[in-house]
Amino acid sequence: MKSNTLTIIKKEFARFFGDRQLLFTTVIMPGLLIYIIYSLMGSGIQNMVTEGADETVTLQVENMPPSLAPMFYSLGSSISVSDCAISDDDIAQLEDKDINAVLLRFPENFDRIVYAERSENSETPNVEIFFNSTNNASNRVSMVVSSMLNNYARPYTVSTLDQASNDSIGAMIWSKILPMLIIMMLFSGVMAIAPSSIAGEKERGTIATLLVTPMRRNELAIGKIISLSSIALLSGISSFVGIALSLPKMISIEGAEEAESMLGFHYTTSDYFVLLLIIFASVLIMASAVSLLSALAKDVKNAGTMVTPFMLVIMLAGLLPMFQTGASESLIIYLIPFYNSIEVMTAVFAHEMAWMPVIVTLVSNVVYTGIAVWGLTRMFNSEKVMFSA
Amino acid sequence: MNEREEILRVEGLCKRFALSRKQQKIERTRARYKVAVDDLTFSAYRGEIFGLLGPNGAGKTTTLRMLSTLIRPDSGDALLDGCSVVSQPEEVRGKIGFLTSELKLEDFFTPNYLFDFFSRLHGVDDETCATRKKAMFSRFGIDQFAEVKVANLSTGMKQKLSLVISLVHDPEIIIFDEPTNGLDVLTARTVTDYLQELRGQGKTIILSTHIFSLVERLCDRVGIIIDGRLVACGNLSEVCNGMNIEDRFFELYKEVKGGQE
Repeated sequence: MKSNTLTIIKKEFARFFGDRQLLFTTVIMPGLLIYIIYSLMGSGIQNMVTEGADETVTLQVENMPPSLAPMFYSLGSSISVSDCAISDDDIAQLEDKDINAVLLRFPENFDRIVYAERSENSETPNVEIFFNSTNNASNRVSMVVSSMLNNYARPYTVSTLDQASNDSIGAMIWSKILPMLIIMMLFSGVMAIAPSSIAGEKERGTIATLLVTPMRRNELAIGKIISLSSIALLSGISSFVGIALSLPKMISIEGAEEAESMLGFHYTTSDYFVLLLIIFASVLIMASAVSLLSALAKDVKNAGTMVTPFMLVIMLAGLLPMFQTGASESLIIYLIPFYNSIEVMTAVFAHEMAWMPVIVTLVSNVVYTGIAVWGLTRMFNSEKVMFSA
Repeated sequence: MNEREEILRVEGLCKRFALSRKQQKIERTRARYKVAVDDLTFSAYRGEIFGLLGPNGAGKTTTLRMLSTLIRPDSGDALLDGCSVVSQPEEVRGKIGFLTSELKLEDFFTPNYLFDFFSRLHGVDDETCATRKKAMFSRFGIDQFAEVKVANLSTGMKQKLSLVISLVHDPEIIIFDEPTNGLDVLTARTVTDYLQELRGQGKTIILSTHIFSLVERLCDRVGIIIDGRLVACGNLSEVCNGMNIEDRFFELYKEVKGGQE
């Protein structure tokens, strides 16, 4: 009995350790990926904290209390403190996300109220902090000031008043979340059909039936990639509609309607047009890449194992916008397949879309798809690849 | 009338496969390559059934795969109705019908759909396709299952459908790898009868087999292939040299293998 158990254990180990691919995806890859994900997240968070640290932020204080003035003036050289009244215009200007400023309004005679004149019936004084959450520097300084005031254990309240428009807040949130979700949905669509369409045909022996027809191999490759892309696109669109409808509800804390009004989802026709183009280009290149891997695989299961590391890399790329503000300005970034689509989508959702990155992304994705078609054609021509199973 | 038209000419066809370490272990050899087909030369003539007879692993399937352009020869060439398998593979595929038990049909589709689909890939026009489909489906009793998915057909019906699909374009040369392998007796008989019918229509059939009785019953000429080399080729009486095909085969086998069986 004992020896049988041992025999079974040995057989399972022999099966597992004899399959190098399985060994890699099960033992080596998880650790490697966790290391990469956490390193990226760490450096992303570090970037978020330090981004804008070298920019000068104006801290305009109205009714500066003498007791707190030394604390504000010691905040550092990157914070320029000015003691003057705050007008409605000053507050309105904060809506512009390019203005690095925080406005701080104390009640008149703040020190006297807090230290001397407070009686049981008097109202608790309130300090107002006006800032713009979509401006990194403004956001960072507002947090520093708010935390300082909250730690200063005195009987007053602090209100933080975000001057960013609903659209700007919505754009910032969508630009961080949606690119990854869209890419993942599109990739799931490709994953659902591509391995079965190519590796499955090899496994079932139906690919050979196609290969003995007079059809040219590149016609087969193009036909496969276009049909797979179209189906994956439909699947992606379905998922996208689901996300678009459910996300406000998911984000809402106090009710969907409130969340919807808070997170503006206002995009122009050209935004949607670019998004559609980018989605199509992304699907094309995903279908191409998965088709190539599937053609190399012996069967559908093997294709799944081969595609998994690739899928994780795409997921990682999708996470990056969460740790950066806006899209990259370097055009070279838009030559990197998959990541270029994520960057363009980030720009579109953040209302920062520029045409040059879009064009570079589209052209490079079409070129990569062309290369993939060439590769797939060669694979269909290769007896070693097609009849290796 | 005695002047026979050569429709297939195979000249010096060679193919070797790289051996992986695992295969080297299995084959108990240190050789990096295994020669599957070694300098094969033969011809086939219009309206005949030519059989390649040999044991498993002799190189029959590799030869037929090269003739059907599924794999490329390392050297040598074969001309099928004047088209080279090396330089004109697409033209060759248009002239041949190739069938092996390894070729499968998608379970999801119906015979009707598959016939139309493969006809389009072979460039057959709609009218011809419809006429041919009607005749072929009726000949093999597929017409009543024309709208049934392949997954739901019996094994015999699937095999008959595979045969029909490989002939959608009415090819002049039909290449069959082990035509009766895995078939039930009824389907096997249907297939062999049909091969004779095709010969009667002037088609050329190249088949591989290891079944002696099939060669005796069907083939006009035969090539015996052992270890990738053609050791005898000609009509049955020439090859058999007064013996029956089975005895003659083992005599040749012993000669090649030096007495080993």
